[in-house]
Amino acid sequence: MTAMSSTSSDSSPAGPAGSKGTYRVKRGLAEMMKGGVIMDVVTPDQAKIAEDSGACAVMALERVPADIRRDGGVARMSDPEMIEGIKAAVTIPVMAKARIGHFVEAQILEALGVDYIDESEVLTPADETHHIDKFAFTVPFVCGATNLGEALRRISEGACMIRSKGEAGTGNIVEAVRHLRNIIGDIRKITQADSAELFQWAKSLQAPLPLVQEIAETGWLPVPLFCAGGIATPADAALAMQLGAEAVFVGSGIFKSDDPMPRAKAIVEATTHFRDPHILAKVSRGLGAPMTGIGMDEINQRYAERGW
Amino acid sequence: MLEQLGAVTRQVRTPADLAAVDALVMPGGESTTMSRLLDTAGLFDPLAVRLAAGMPVLGTCAGMILLADQVLDGRPDQRSFGVIDLSVRRNGYGRQVDSFEADVVVAGLDDPFHVVFIRAPKVERTGGAVEVLASHGGVPVLARQGHVLVASFHPELTSDRRVHAMFLDMVHTSAATAA
Repeated sequence: MTAMSSTSSDSSPAGPAGSKGTYRVKRGLAEMMKGGVIMDVVTPDQAKIAEDSGACAVMALERVPADIRRDGGVARMSDPEMIEGIKAAVTIPVMAKARIGHFVEAQILEALGVDYIDESEVLTPADETHHIDKFAFTVPFVCGATNLGEALRRISEGACMIRSKGEAGTGNIVEAVRHLRNIIGDIRKITQADSAELFQWAKSLQAPLPLVQEIAETGWLPVPLFCAGGIATPADAALAMQLGAEAVFVGSGIFKSDDPMPRAKAIVEATTHFRDPHILAKVSRGLGAPMTGIGMDEINQRYAERGW
Repeated sequence: MLEQLGAVTRQVRTPADLAAVDALVMPGGESTTMSRLLDTAGLFDPLAVRLAAGMPVLGTCAGMILLADQVLDGRPDQRSFGVIDLSVRRNGYGRQVDSFEADVVVAGLDDPFHVVFIRAPKVERTGGAVEVLASHGGVPVLARQGHVLVASFHPELTSDRRVHAMFLDMVHTSAATAA
């Protein structure tokens, strides 16, 4: 609950009256998810549990990242029937994943009426050079990033929400922390740069100069920054929030744990009260075993390296 | 935005936070999530008391749902404060792909207000005590009942401050009456 809304106002040019899918409308939904938890679900029952636990949105997918990692093979967009089942089961926004560069999967997801598309490195990339032109869609997109340059390239392609990638399906927060620190650390440095240095920043980040200049002026990305990839406990969620994430995605961390519902509720409360160690201590108690998790030296495929 | 208009603001997450404010904004978000968190944080009852005592409140989108008398298409366990006599349908304008921008004429304001509707709630009934301040397509989108001001759009997502200024006028009037 937020008194006196912290949402930043947007001075971008107004879209024509009655227009849908404008930058402002797309970014607006991301603004509404700030402070919340988006949970990966693979069945309508899991979606209900997520909604009952206070998720602000669900991500509908066929297998959670931990299972994709275990099973191998090509991971694709989910079956439309499964997505429709999840849409029918809950009233909160439903997101779904498309493969990087697979604009036809995105077209199908838009036709299904999903509320947000995640162009995700967790699925097997369809194009090793190009991401989707996200301006071509009415539905908004979220994309992952490991550093600020990647985040700004995705924004220049039309992404309206950025999530730090972390390393999905590991239950290990270390990569998410690395990526958040990369992105936010560089934002802080840019706010200290003079105007001449911004040209060099744009060059070294391989990012459009106007976006770099905007960061220098505002001190933040033009779209919300959420955290994903490796959150398994309430403390992990609060860590991401204290580092500067504005909301969190929890993938395998909930439904790969022993007792999903209490853990899901605890992660929601921890994300709301992320600066209050007493509440964090209270909600962290007696949750049963989290997902086992894996170390970075134990995996042979880093999803975070997908995307360009 | 309220700070640009001269107000001092803080975020309210606990009953102690609530005790420290004179007025409240209940912003957008997911009303089901917010309803749950109001309960778990122990905020629902103290807030109901403050609202009953006349604390000025601005509810936008999900905030409007939480303040309304009747919520349609909500979750069975979803609670609302019932301090404005409206029936509101959650996601009444459709899903995100149906979200839109519009110009609305607001009573008492010279120029139209350009607004953003995001998976917005739709007002389906207004009680006699409710003053409708703006409509879009014949449906009320900005309404007031005493100390309660609600909008189904998001005045905080555009740079126009006039709805917030209207709310601060209510807060100042309320403070003057109490003094």
